[in-house]
Amino acid sequence: MKKVNWIVVIAGAVVGIAAVVLTLLGNPANMGFCIACFLRDIAGGVGMHSAAKVQYIRPEIIGLVLGAFIMALAKGEFRAKAGSSPATRFVLGAFVMIGALAFLGCPLRMVIRLGGGDLNALVGMAGFVIGIFVGVQFLKRGFSLRRNYTLEKAEGGILPALMVGLLILFVAVPTLFKASEQGPGSMHAPVIAALAIALVAGALAQRSRLCMVGGIRDGIMFQDFKLLYGFVAIFLVVLIGNLALGKFKFGFELQPIAHSSHLWNALGMVLVGWGSVLLGGCPLRQLILAGEGNGDSAITVFGMIAGAAFAHNFGLAGNPDSLNEAGELVVGGISTAGKVAVLLGIVVLVAISLLNMPKKEKAAE
Amino acid sequence: MIDARGFTCPMPVAMVQKEVKKNAPKELVVLVDDRCAVENVTRFGTSMGYQVSVEQEGVDFRLTLKK
Repeated sequence: MKKVNWIVVIAGAVVGIAAVVLTLLGNPANMGFCIACFLRDIAGGVGMHSAAKVQYIRPEIIGLVLGAFIMALAKGEFRAKAGSSPATRFVLGAFVMIGALAFLGCPLRMVIRLGGGDLNALVGMAGFVIGIFVGVQFLKRGFSLRRNYTLEKAEGGILPALMVGLLILFVAVPTLFKASEQGPGSMHAPVIAALAIALVAGALAQRSRLCMVGGIRDGIMFQDFKLLYGFVAIFLVVLIGNLALGKFKFGFELQPIAHSSHLWNALGMVLVGWGSVLLGGCPLRQLILAGEGNGDSAITVFGMIAGAAFAHNFGLAGNPDSLNEAGELVVGGISTAGKVAVLLGIVVLVAISLLNMPKKEKAAE
Repeated sequence: MIDARGFTCPMPVAMVQKEVKKNAPKELVVLVDDRCAVENVTRFGTSMGYQVSVEQEGVDFRLTLKK
C-alpha cells in the first residue's frame, strides 16, 4: 500500500472544515468555498458585470492568494516566473470559468456539493473526469505551453500586491464597490473570519500542492494518488459536517444554487477538467501558484475574472432549479447562448491542444 | 539528461515518464527549478524502482535516478 501523504489530507480536511464553517457564518449553502463563484462575485463587485445577485469582494480569494504568498516566502519557495504562453492561458482561464459557471461551481465546489448530497455534482464529476482524461491524452503525447522564465521578484508579487490593495480599499472605502442586496452575493461570512480562514487554507494548500484536478490527472497518468487524498478529505469532512448539522440534502432537484440539467452540468465540467489539465491545475491551484510568484497563473486568474464577466454580461451562466407560483419544479440550466459558449469552449480546447503539440520533426526524435 | 527547468507540474514528471517508458535508462539526470517537480519526479522515480538523489544547485535542482 502506498504511503499516505498526511499534509494533503490535513489541507483537504482544513479546507472542508473551512467550507462548513464559512457556510455557517453566512456564505451560501454548499458554497463555503468556490473559486469560480467568488472570482465571479469579485468581477461583479468591481463592476465588470452587472448581475445584481452576484457582486461582492470575497475576502476568501484575497486570503487564499496571500496565505500562499506568505507561506511561499517563509519556505523560500517564492519564485517570480512567467512567459509560458500567457495569452493562451488567459483564454483557457476564461473558458474554464465559463464551463464552471455553466455547472455553477469550480471543482472545489463540486466536491463540496457532493458532500452536501447534491447528485448533480456527481454528473458534473463524470464530465470532469472525462475532461481530465482527454487532457491527459494530449499531455502524454507531448502537449506543452512551453517553458517559463525567471523574472524580477516584483513581477511575481503583482497578484498578491493587487489583492492587498483590493483588501485595503474594500475595508477602507466599501462604497467603492458593488455589493448584492439579495442572492448569493448578499450571503457572506464576516470579512475578518473569511480572510483569516482563507489565509490558513491558502498556506496549507501551498504546502500540500492541493489541487482538485491533480489527483485524478496524476492517477490516470502515473497511478499516483497523492493529491486525491485531499479531494477525498474535503468530501468526507463536508459530508460529516452536513450530516451533523442537518444540512445534508440528497437528490438532484432543487439543490442549493444548482441545476439538474444533466448534459450541461457534465459538458460544463468537461470544459473545466480539460482546460485545467492544459493549465497545470484547477482554479484553486492557479490562485496558489499566483501567490507563489507564478505570473502565468496570475494571467490565468485574470482570464477567469474576464470569463466570469463575459458569462454574466452575455447570459452564459447557469440558472438554478426553482419552483413556480404553482409550486411546480422549473428545471434550471443554461441559455442557448450558454450552450453555444460551452461548445465553443470545447472547440477552442481542441484547437489549443492540437496547436501546442510537438512539431513533427521533433516528435520523430 | 532531461532539462525540465521552466516547466511546471505535471510537465517534468511527464517528460521523465516518457523517457523511462521509451528507453528504460539505468541512470537518468533530471534538472528542474520547482520544488513541486522535485517531489513529483522523486515519487515517480521511486515508484518505478529508481533510487533518487537530489542536489540543489542555486535555484535549480539536479535529480539523479539510478537503478
